[in-house]
Amino acid sequence: MQTEAEAPATEPLSLENVTRRYGELTALAGIDLRLRQGEITAVVGPSGSGKSTLLELVAGLQEPDGGSVRVNGATRAAERREECAFMPQRDLLLPWRDALGNAALALECQGVPRAEARRCAAPLFERFGLAEFERARPAELSGGMRQRVAFLRTLLPGRPLLLLDEPFGALDAITRADLQEWLAGMLAAEPRTVLLVTHDVEEAVFLADRVLVLSPRPGRVLAELEVGLPRPRSVTDPDLALLRREALEVLRS
Amino acid sequence: MRYALSALLLVGFVLAWQGVASLDSVDDLTLASPVETWDALRADWSLLWDNAWVTLVEVLLGLAIAAVAGVALAVAMHLVRPLRDAAYPLLVASQAIPIVVLAPIFVLAFDYGIGPKLAIVALICFFPITVNLLDGLRSVEPDLLKLMRSLGASRLRTLRSVELPASLPFLFSGLKVAATVSVIGAVFGEWAGADEGLGRLVLLGNSQLQTPRVYAGLVILTLMAVTLFALVVLVERIACPWNRKEQIA
Repeated sequence: MQTEAEAPATEPLSLENVTRRYGELTALAGIDLRLRQGEITAVVGPSGSGKSTLLELVAGLQEPDGGSVRVNGATRAAERREECAFMPQRDLLLPWRDALGNAALALECQGVPRAEARRCAAPLFERFGLAEFERARPAELSGGMRQRVAFLRTLLPGRPLLLLDEPFGALDAITRADLQEWLAGMLAAEPRTVLLVTHDVEEAVFLADRVLVLSPRPGRVLAELEVGLPRPRSVTDPDLALLRREALEVLRS
Repeated sequence: MRYALSALLLVGFVLAWQGVASLDSVDDLTLASPVETWDALRADWSLLWDNAWVTLVEVLLGLAIAAVAGVALAVAMHLVRPLRDAAYPLLVASQAIPIVVLAPIFVLAFDYGIGPKLAIVALICFFPITVNLLDGLRSVEPDLLKLMRSLGASRLRTLRSVELPASLPFLFSGLKVAATVSVIGAVFGEWAGADEGLGRLVLLGNSQLQTPRVYAGLVILTLMAVTLFALVVLVERIACPWNRKEQIA
């Protein structure tokens, strides 16, 4: 049993006995979770297991009904928001802004003037495979490109904890596989602390260092799997398939 | 194709109008034929034009007041929840008042000049603008608002960068309705008391049994409203190009 005083203030994320209820309905029942610096943690669970709720609690978009959430030492929701780069499931790009303007929005929200925000975002377009699409409107971009613009927007403010809510859920299978590899490469080149929420077990074991399996509502942690496979990984790796089966068995039990 | 059908329909309408007006059983004082109307348009052109100009100014200024006031009111009601709850019933009530009754009172209050006309046009036109814009401001997806919150956006930033642009198509819907009813408002205003304007000219023509002139005035008033509507559509296309593209896709 670890007390609050023992937890170092710089720990990227710790949840202690977190409970969240919506009226009669209990979405999360006593979740404990700690993230290590630079580690990618995936949370998998069936629909309605409170995965998105968990992420929004961490992101400071909701407050728990019980327990505590601490992000880099910040406990208040407004402070947690400043520590988290939150990426929702859909790209939510603004149709009236071009790709560069959509990415720059993240900086404009911090009070950076528009022209300067665009200047700061522009150099990243090449690295995100979006060169020469700066001026394209979202309607002119493919689903995969839109999602990469959304990623760019998420990462631009440089917040330490990256929160991904089913980031590839809205994409077709081929684009999803492409983007998973692209994200794995990005995170290998530039390690970050990531909390990824998904219902796709394969995606979880492919991307994460550690996989937490959540039960159906009310969500609680059923199992914790260390992936411990070398990178770059291949989706066809038999060890990966083994882990996937293990996670699926826990989910189905 | 769409325009060709519209034109065809219009030609059919004018022909039917001419046909009915030529019937012996139809009194010339009740219905002027298109030909008589055309003659009146040509004969009284300078008179009609001068008065149309007066009415147009009333319509445009009234619309401008309605737009500014309507947008300001919608934004204020959107930002301040208690204000919305309190003001909404009053907003609806303002439209339930019969303008015909109100117009003479406005003339008493603001005298004979352009004032009461502007007040009436604005009173009729601000309602569709405010109601549509309010709906638009509330139409923004909750997920998008959540994203803005996670990005640390202030209330005003969210309003400026997300809610207002997202509700532009709604604003234009309101403006389209406002543009079409604005002319009716100006005519009501002039009927309640005026010494110039197309509405007054039509009323006068009616009592002087100058039926072709009345119809000529009606044609101009209708054209005015249709042109205003078309202008709003044009501005909308320029201002919200993304909206059109998405509709096609």
